[in-house]
Amino acid sequence: MNGIEKDTQPPLEAERTILHPELAAPPDESPVKNGRRLQHAEGASHPIHPPPEREPQPRGARIRGNHRVDQTEAAERFIASPAHEKMHDERLWDLRGKRDRQMHSIPEWEELRTLASAIKEHTLTHLDQYLEQFEQNARANGVHVHWAKDGEEHNRIVHGVLRDHGAKTLIKSKSMLTEECGFRPYMAAAGIEVIETDLGERIQQLDNEDPSHVVVPAVHKLRGDVAQVFAAHLGTDPMDDDVHHLAEAQRQATRPLILNAQAGMTGCNFAIAETGGITVCTNEGNADLSANVPNLHIASIGIEKVIPRLEHLAVFVRLLSRSALGSPITQYTSHIRGPRAGGEMHMVLVDNGRSARLEQDKFWTSLKCIRCGACMNTCPVYRRSGGLSYGATYSGPIGLIIDPSFNRHKYSALPFSSSLNGSCSNVCPVKINIHEQIAAWRQVMAENHELTLIKKAAMKAAGVLLAHPVLYRAAITSADSALNNLPRFAIYIRLNAWGRHREVPHAPRESFHSWYKRNRSVP
Amino acid sequence: MRVGLFVPCYVDAFHPDVGIATLELLERFGIEVEYPFNQTCCGQPMTNSGCHAESAATEALFVQNFERFDYIVGPSGSCVHHVRSNFDSIEQTDIVRKVRANTYELVEFLHDVLKVEAFPWAEFPHRVAYHNNCNALRGIGHASMSELRVEPFSKPLDLLRKVRGIEVVQLARPDECCGFGGTFSVFAEGISSKMGHDKVRDEMQSGAEYVVSADSSCMMHQQGCAERAGLPMKYIHIAQVLNGASS
Repeated sequence: MNGIEKDTQPPLEAERTILHPELAAPPDESPVKNGRRLQHAEGASHPIHPPPEREPQPRGARIRGNHRVDQTEAAERFIASPAHEKMHDERLWDLRGKRDRQMHSIPEWEELRTLASAIKEHTLTHLDQYLEQFEQNARANGVHVHWAKDGEEHNRIVHGVLRDHGAKTLIKSKSMLTEECGFRPYMAAAGIEVIETDLGERIQQLDNEDPSHVVVPAVHKLRGDVAQVFAAHLGTDPMDDDVHHLAEAQRQATRPLILNAQAGMTGCNFAIAETGGITVCTNEGNADLSANVPNLHIASIGIEKVIPRLEHLAVFVRLLSRSALGSPITQYTSHIRGPRAGGEMHMVLVDNGRSARLEQDKFWTSLKCIRCGACMNTCPVYRRSGGLSYGATYSGPIGLIIDPSFNRHKYSALPFSSSLNGSCSNVCPVKINIHEQIAAWRQVMAENHELTLIKKAAMKAAGVLLAHPVLYRAAITSADSALNNLPRFAIYIRLNAWGRHREVPHAPRESFHSWYKRNRSVP
Repeated sequence: MRVGLFVPCYVDAFHPDVGIATLELLERFGIEVEYPFNQTCCGQPMTNSGCHAESAATEALFVQNFERFDYIVGPSGSCVHHVRSNFDSIEQTDIVRKVRANTYELVEFLHDVLKVEAFPWAEFPHRVAYHNNCNALRGIGHASMSELRVEPFSKPLDLLRKVRGIEVVQLARPDECCGFGGTFSVFAEGISSKMGHDKVRDEMQSGAEYVVSADSSCMMHQQGCAERAGLPMKYIHIAQVLNGASS
């Protein structure tokens, strides 16, 4: 007996040091009596070791009606949560690295991007024609086709279809379009239960948060955050953050809902005009469940999703998952042409601001977007901010150029949340000049009096100073005054925005100008 | 060949040594270099904030100062990128177009126009990491970009390899923006400095003693971060290294 007990004692300090630190047991701090750790009930009344300090999940931008969203404020809270920020940055940078490796495995990568861009531009400039062709072929396949001019009409149409079928529960796969439309709140108000079937999206739904990324919607959460959400909603152990346990818990909880749902909904990655069919790409196969388990399938389709021919699909499928996750293809690429035997299929073609965007000279090519999220993964600002900091349906670089077209005032600060480094445009599989459009949106905001007063005043002052050599020279006659005068925009806004996390530059003895005057002949 | 020396405002005020090194380096190649006294700025701070109207007078002044030169050369990829790609707040007359087309960043002027073969006076026996300014890299094409599937090349590294004793080390995220971004550095101060501190950490981990770049603006930001964090990284402009700075 004594021998067995001896074996169960924790190893001595000296022995512990030879272990790999990650494998070492945590120090046993249970009470000691007579030189021995108390066993069983005596010891169990005290925690063996306290739970690790959990960093609370930083939440997204503060939304106040139509007020301007302050992305930087939310981003600073994200950065102030180092465990979240570090995981987020490294996870997305890893996706960027995997994307690069996929790119290097395809010799014709740049040609593919050029081709994809050309197909999209051709389609967008002949959009009416391809949409009509698509509608005609979809109808011939036995699909009911609806047109919705905005999100509200989309929701009303879908609700009507559900009502006609007496459906009260709807399973759906991930769709950014339905996020745009405010679909879930609408359905909740209408008494329809909507169940997201994508794991990340389901986490976000349970946590009452928007997706923070177009492809990996819960990427801003640590697994501990997910454990908290599941504990609150699925009754799991809040301390169990094992990813397999968490995934299994959600599978067990959601399967019965899927099997009993009265209607299913999917988004659409590509709508093929010549066949009238749609293609949905997922990694969990959940679109197939949503489309095929219930008798009723409704597909929500943004009108920019149409491509002319089936052969064009190959170009996009080769680019999509390589750009998004750095995998050669999504686990499931599902092609749906019509209702299954005995079932019914509806397609809702949604405009929701797209035709208006198509008319904007500088911004229409943003409609080429295939929602891969590569621009988010590569964006150094997004990686450090979290997608919810943007306070809009779309986050990251693509969000900066799409969101303002939904609400110019509310999203007027977003185009300034960019260092204009240009990496987004380079990774874009359909070659949208994203960073140039971000800069162009800044101009639109300035011209429409959407800049903050302080920013406008700073720029006006800088513009005057820099246009007048005498004033300018007076401002930097001495290096000391240069620090005080030159970056007026730096000093204007807060006491010294530069100096909160950085040292100010060292003041040189003299400016280049006065050195030149002393050392080279004056003309 | 008459070259107008373009010394960006922050180089004039904060990094005069970079302007001096640029001038001396060009003079070493027998070029007649002149510094127009009435120059101020290229207009980028305003345009970068969307304020094109506020930028127009500064852009007009730039043209007025530099229209008489065959080439305009400045030690900043960022400012030159502005002149070449975004300098459109004023009417695009023939003179404006000529000035824009003839404006070169120092590295590309040495590499593409002068086609310099050697810097016999230059020796820099140090381990350095090169920082690509985003506008120099993605805007004016200093080097191949990691996002694209293209043949690798680098004009600044081609030049630095001609310096005796130099050793170039690779960063873990070589193309990652350091977060300066012009007015972004103050209007989004929190994100900007986080990016800067991450960049400095990458530089420290590379084993470099110096960071070399063609843009003082990024280095001003990075140096500010390094000093705040108490890290001993040193920053030097490529013009100074090529001009024979010893340390």
